[in-house]
Amino acid sequence: MIEFKNVKFSYNTKDRAVKDVSFSVADHEWLSIIGHNGSGKSTIAKLLVGLIEPQAGEILYDGVKLEEKTINDIRHKVGIVFQNPDNQFVGYNVLYDIAFGLENKQVPRSEMLELIHKYTKLVDMEEYLSREPETLSGGQKQRVAIAGILAMNCDIVILDEATSMLDPEGTEEIIALIEELHTKYNKTIITITHDLNLALKSDHILVMKEGHLIKEGKPEDIFEERDILLSSNLDMPFSLKAIYEVSKTELNNNKELMDALWEYRSKM
Amino acid sequence: MGISFKNVDHYYPGVKRKEYTIALENINLDINEKNEFIAIVGKTGSGKSTLMQHMNALMLPTKGTVQIFDDIITPKKNKNPKLKSVRKRVGFVFQFPEYQLFEETVLKDIMFAPLNFGFTKEEAEAKAKEVAKLLGIEKILNKSPFNLSGGQMRKAAIAGILSYDPDILLLDEPTRGLDPKGAKDIMELFYNIHKQTGKTIILITHDMDIVYQYATRVVVLNESYINYDGNKEDLFKTNLYNENHLVKPNVLQLIDYLNEKLGYSIDYNTYTLEDLIEKLKEVSNNG
Repeated sequence: MIEFKNVKFSYNTKDRAVKDVSFSVADHEWLSIIGHNGSGKSTIAKLLVGLIEPQAGEILYDGVKLEEKTINDIRHKVGIVFQNPDNQFVGYNVLYDIAFGLENKQVPRSEMLELIHKYTKLVDMEEYLSREPETLSGGQKQRVAIAGILAMNCDIVILDEATSMLDPEGTEEIIALIEELHTKYNKTIITITHDLNLALKSDHILVMKEGHLIKEGKPEDIFEERDILLSSNLDMPFSLKAIYEVSKTELNNNKELMDALWEYRSKM
Repeated sequence: MGISFKNVDHYYPGVKRKEYTIALENINLDINEKNEFIAIVGKTGSGKSTLMQHMNALMLPTKGTVQIFDDIITPKKNKNPKLKSVRKRVGFVFQFPEYQLFEETVLKDIMFAPLNFGFTKEEAEAKAKEVAKLLGIEKILNKSPFNLSGGQMRKAAIAGILSYDPDILLLDEPTRGLDPKGAKDIMELFYNIHKQTGKTIILITHDMDIVYQYATRVVVLNESYINYDGNKEDLFKTNLYNENHLVKPNVLQLIDYLNEKLGYSIDYNTYTLEDLIEKLKEVSNNG
């Protein structure tokens, strides 16, 4: 369980601050954080992995406070995938990129290869071990980053707009993989995203606005409140917006149509 | 004619000598000076950005010629005209243009290009204020561009291009990374400019909802050649979109579902959710 308690953080600018935000994430839960550009979403991600420290409040992992003396242990549990696939590839090929993290964790060499094969297979990149980063697509690089996190045996995977620089095919690959990590491998997932269809798939959503947590709840509750979404520069996913807009018209009396729209929504 | 490609190939040099990657192959494309809203689509690596860079003479063709208004760009470097007039007439908004902001204030940043193109200081300032108003950023003109939100920075960078009033606008994924409202605002802005001034706009995007709502013509690149050049309706009526790794716009996916499920026959000349609701009302009244 992760607890974010009354955390405050601000840069010197007005933007991207986090103002007294509290929430918790249960084990195996999938949390999405949504909000406008500069609302503080990515700052939360950086705080969660200890890249920056809270100026007030605290962050606890299973009751242990994230601080200087605990950060190394906690980092072994938490992996993060960033927005730009090129900023996180450190090895000269896929094999060495994943080995780099394992080396840091002092995994014995004898075990490394086995782990690398196992997890590159899971993300469907086993055949690319000797490939250099410039020969990979954005989606493939993000999959390598995820394989690295899994090889490190992290229980918690944070994805900070990990699909926003990918094309639709790359985005689809990563979303399918996130769903698999959540359902099949029981990872705790935190996705920070503008992709409302992705947020719709998660268990729990936080809505950020100007550094404040303005709403949290299940996707169906969040996406019902269009005013709150619009106030944070968001909107409903298309399938729900269709229901919402159609139901405001006389078509609301057309039961056959409304049922079909709800059915369409449930397939998304 | 605004921009005309004749048998253009573009090769990138490879790691080893004599090795190269084909980025564009046999491109023939005519773009009108006015009234076009063209979307260039295709999967990553299909050559979209390379094609767009040729429209502003940022690259020389390996073979063939690109005519940009009155200037003809050829593979031979020393035969090419001075490019200032090309750059003035064709404005290029790069991906993540906010990375190129550099001045002390937003106003100075917006004035930089017009001053370079020979506007007087007064003209440049007047123009900067005019476009800032158009973009809704007139209140931040005296701020540092580095103290703005993501959406504001994007607008400031776009203002820097609009400030010298180019005839054709090239936009490489202008909505990427913006929140839904920021993305919508930017697209509405370009659409209004296009409607009001008739300027030709050429846009690269992966968002098929944007393509279907705004574009009047779609150019599909596949493995470095043009695989489709035509209207958006036909692209999605056949299997062509699928063969080119594109997804159907949301509104069309929903139309397919309703037509199949409820036996409706709503056509594809339906570009937004609002259009669809109007058509659903007609179906409902007639049924």
